[in-house]
Amino acid sequence: MVAPLLPLTVRDAEVWRGQTRILGPISLNLGESGITIVLGPNGGGKTTLLRMLHGLERMRRGNLSWSCSREDALKRQAFVFQQPVIMRRSVVESIAYPLLLDQTPKREALSRAAEAAAHVGLAKHLDLPAQVLSGGEKQKMALARALIRKPDLLFLDEPCASLDGQSTREIEDILLRAGADGTRIVMSTHNVGQARRLADEIIFVYRGQLHEIGPAPVFFSGPKTAEATAHINGDLLS
Amino acid sequence: MPASSEVPLARPSHPLASKSMDNLVRTSGLSGQFVYFEPHLGLLAIVLQFRSGADFPMNDILAGLAQALRLVVSFDPTLYEITLRSLSVTLTATIIASLIGLPLGAWLSVNRFRARRFVIATLNALMGLPPVVVGLVVFVIFSRSGPLGVLGLLFTTKVMIIAQVILITPIIASVAHQAIRELWAEYHDLLISLNATRFQRIKALLWDSRRALLTASLTGFGRAVGEVGAIMIVGGNIEHSTRVLTTAIALETGKGNFALALALGFVLIALALGVNYALHFLSRTERSSRW
Repeated sequence: MVAPLLPLTVRDAEVWRGQTRILGPISLNLGESGITIVLGPNGGGKTTLLRMLHGLERMRRGNLSWSCSREDALKRQAFVFQQPVIMRRSVVESIAYPLLLDQTPKREALSRAAEAAAHVGLAKHLDLPAQVLSGGEKQKMALARALIRKPDLLFLDEPCASLDGQSTREIEDILLRAGADGTRIVMSTHNVGQARRLADEIIFVYRGQLHEIGPAPVFFSGPKTAEATAHINGDLLS
Repeated sequence: MPASSEVPLARPSHPLASKSMDNLVRTSGLSGQFVYFEPHLGLLAIVLQFRSGADFPMNDILAGLAQALRLVVSFDPTLYEITLRSLSVTLTATIIASLIGLPLGAWLSVNRFRARRFVIATLNALMGLPPVVVGLVVFVIFSRSGPLGVLGLLFTTKVMIIAQVILITPIIASVAHQAIRELWAEYHDLLISLNATRFQRIKALLWDSRRALLTASLTGFGRAVGEVGAIMIVGGNIEHSTRVLTTAIALETGKGNFALALALGFVLIALALGVNYALHFLSRTERSSRW
């Protein structure tokens, strides 16, 4: 019996850059299912929060506990960056890379990568160098690479930030399918419309502080803080 | 027509070069060619003087080219022997230095430790190692009374390879480190996120920067193939044993056989170009789009 990954409990976590606290103190619980959107204006701390949860940022204070061991937890999650990291390989080799790290035989890894590429609409580009893909295709490839290990938890840092409407829709469709297949999704965005379309739960972050956390319908129908109200209404936050 | 010795030297038109006439330090062995050195101005001026009936140095170059062609097409056994020895010594040294330098460059890119900056600065400084000094040190180490004299490697191609490895490993490691460091900055978060082990990270970085690493190895090859100071000292330029193209060129120049020396020089250049073309062709650089 494999121990569950979630819930994740964070208590009084803080991230500092030198002498400046850039996030926290933050406390939250991340439940077992659904799509959580970390919402807030640019520079509010969304990326730092996701990176801290994923272990890419070191906490100076506080603690973070998974329902399983930390090593096990790190193996069962994946991260998609705002600027997708493009390896100097073909599309299919890039997607297969995480499987090769797990010692999966190359033939099997490439076969599964081809399936994953087809799943995100990149079946025609398998042998192309990944660097020649368009912005939207690169992000879809990064998504396929993140999903190929079938992670229990997927973090996405503003994956649609620089994409057009069509690419954004395609990425959202992939995320909804992954969510329906049981992958827990935690994604940051400053786009209120996208948060309304996808979120089951909202975490509103502003100036490094967690202002609100709760079910999306409750958040959008009656935000409790002035900052959240202003952000939802499209007002400019200083 | 007066005898060439009676023809007065033409004064160079440039005032600095003209002034340096007074500081003439030597006359080269090439007929009709004079070298002026102006120590105060750091000016080295080579002035070609034309005398009626004197050989123009261009003739040496053309004669060298013609002789090079003649030696190549006539399958001159001596030429092929020293060319193959040059190729064998340099390629072996490049492969060994690459096996040491490339992983070292990658390791330095990925690891953080206290003396890292010092190691990188030292590596960069070692890129300019004087070949003669390296040759001398290797000579002392492998001489009969030296610490490794018992191996009996002095005046063999093996010790020539060792000297070249010492010379080019810092170059290959340093160039590789530069290329891999930039890729590591790009891959860092991804590889950490994917839980790649340290070995897997280095492996990915080496593989994905393979084109830049090829350049690093070829830079080392370029340095080694034209090297003469160290291998002359440790190899001894022994005929049919340790003579290679560069030492043969030095020998022929010393004997005044400029045409033959030039011919060997052209063969050396052709060899370096050939190896570069072959490696670029085999590794399909500039073909697979943008990497």
